[in-house]
Amino acid sequence: MNAALEHALQDWYPVAMVGELAPGECKHSKLLGVDITVLANHAGNATESTPTITVRADGAPVDVQQAFDHWWVCLGNKPRSLFTIEEASEADRRFVPCGVVRVACSPLRAVENFLDIAHFPFVHTGVLGAEPHTEVYKYDVKVDESVDEVIATNIKFYQPQAAKSAEGGIQTEYIYRVPAPMAAVLYKTCPLKPDALDVIALFVQPLDEQTCDVWPWMALYDDTSTQAELIQFQQLIFLQDRSILENQLPKKLPLDPGQEIPTKADYTSVAYRRWLKKRGAYYGALEVHP
Amino acid sequence: MSFTLHDYVLSGNCYKVRLLAQLLEVSYTINPVDFHPGKAHKSPSFLALNPHGTLPVLESGDTVLTDSAAMLVWIAQQHDKQHTWWPINDAECLAMTVQWLGFSSQLTESIGQLRLHTMLNRPADAETLRRQSIRHLRELENHLTEQSIRGQAFLCGKQPTVADIACFAYTALSPDAGLEHTLYPGIRGWLHRIRCLEGFLTMPGIYEAHETRNEHTAAS
Repeated sequence: MNAALEHALQDWYPVAMVGELAPGECKHSKLLGVDITVLANHAGNATESTPTITVRADGAPVDVQQAFDHWWVCLGNKPRSLFTIEEASEADRRFVPCGVVRVACSPLRAVENFLDIAHFPFVHTGVLGAEPHTEVYKYDVKVDESVDEVIATNIKFYQPQAAKSAEGGIQTEYIYRVPAPMAAVLYKTCPLKPDALDVIALFVQPLDEQTCDVWPWMALYDDTSTQAELIQFQQLIFLQDRSILENQLPKKLPLDPGQEIPTKADYTSVAYRRWLKKRGAYYGALEVHP
Repeated sequence: MSFTLHDYVLSGNCYKVRLLAQLLEVSYTINPVDFHPGKAHKSPSFLALNPHGTLPVLESGDTVLTDSAAMLVWIAQQHDKQHTWWPINDAECLAMTVQWLGFSSQLTESIGQLRLHTMLNRPADAETLRRQSIRHLRELENHLTEQSIRGQAFLCGKQPTVADIACFAYTALSPDAGLEHTLYPGIRGWLHRIRCLEGFLTMPGIYEAHETRNEHTAAS
């Protein structure tokens, strides 16, 4: 087995939303090139509102856990622990799993795009950005060694409609976190509660190195929008990215500097690529040429 | 008459109605329906409104329409005083418009279904849908090429009709289903002409033309 796959096998990946399948219902999917089946179990007792699931990879049952409104699976024999999102336990937030979208791109490219601010005015025109407000101001990026995560802070960007709840443009502040190679979490100014931060995460299920299922998830303060409105706002944004992602070449993410030339606005991306390389997280990445 | 559109943001059929309403400056209310992942269009309350369980649905007073082509006709007939979008004064053009509205529902069944499969993992026979989609794109390409030889920029004549709007949506969205426009120069030119119409509306996968984008920026 190659080292890239071996490394990727030890992480946890989402395969279904909690409550997505009715008891007895089964679906077929793929994870890291392996065929999997996801079966919703019949409830053990009548008080359980949502069924638990059984996941089989190549016919054999695998470890499953529930977190952030999704079911997570690890196919490896030395699982790393799943990252935490503290806000997931704050009862006054709205939790919004947005469903799955399939994208024909490297799972790493899906994460990297989520970390990029510079494309907002051009891809999410009138929503997350607008010309002429295109400048990406200097921000800070580091690897937090205590948790081994990439963190980008002090990001400020003008947004015409930062969230479903926003009424008019605001200067939005962002924090980005990459807690695992195929997951990213952002914290941004909450339009309805300026002292708090909304949380939006992208959980990526790698089907193989060039195809992924993306599960966006949000933990917001918003007591006015309906669930359908919140989901569709997020889907609007993510589907604008999808066509761009599917056209990125090379299909796999280059980790060597020089294969793609970053600019100053790409600090987070540079840190992400270095961090992947250091960890040996090459699944979905171009071969590294020493 | 104003109306309520029961809408899903990623639906090509819903987009047709939003696009024509925007082009004709008709105001309306949107009711977002959780098509994905919630499957709210199959819920009992929605089925009571539309037994087909499809989106969009247009509601205005006692009028309930469940077919997007019918909605386009309903909007154009009331709001286009020039009668170019629904060309009731030109027998030839009107008949062509009805014919291409029919073709647009075939696009929904081919490219539309393939797109749902490719993007939202809806079960489907992808190979068959792909073959049908390519056949439809070729048919459209041939027609548009012939139209350009006749000096006609749109499907049914020199002016766009509701049939152009109806066929535009899933044709423009075909890259979502893995079908690029590279092979179809006639289609590319036609898509571009529609994107340049005054008041054009985008959706994910369908972007503003760069030319008009610069104009709008300069104006604002």
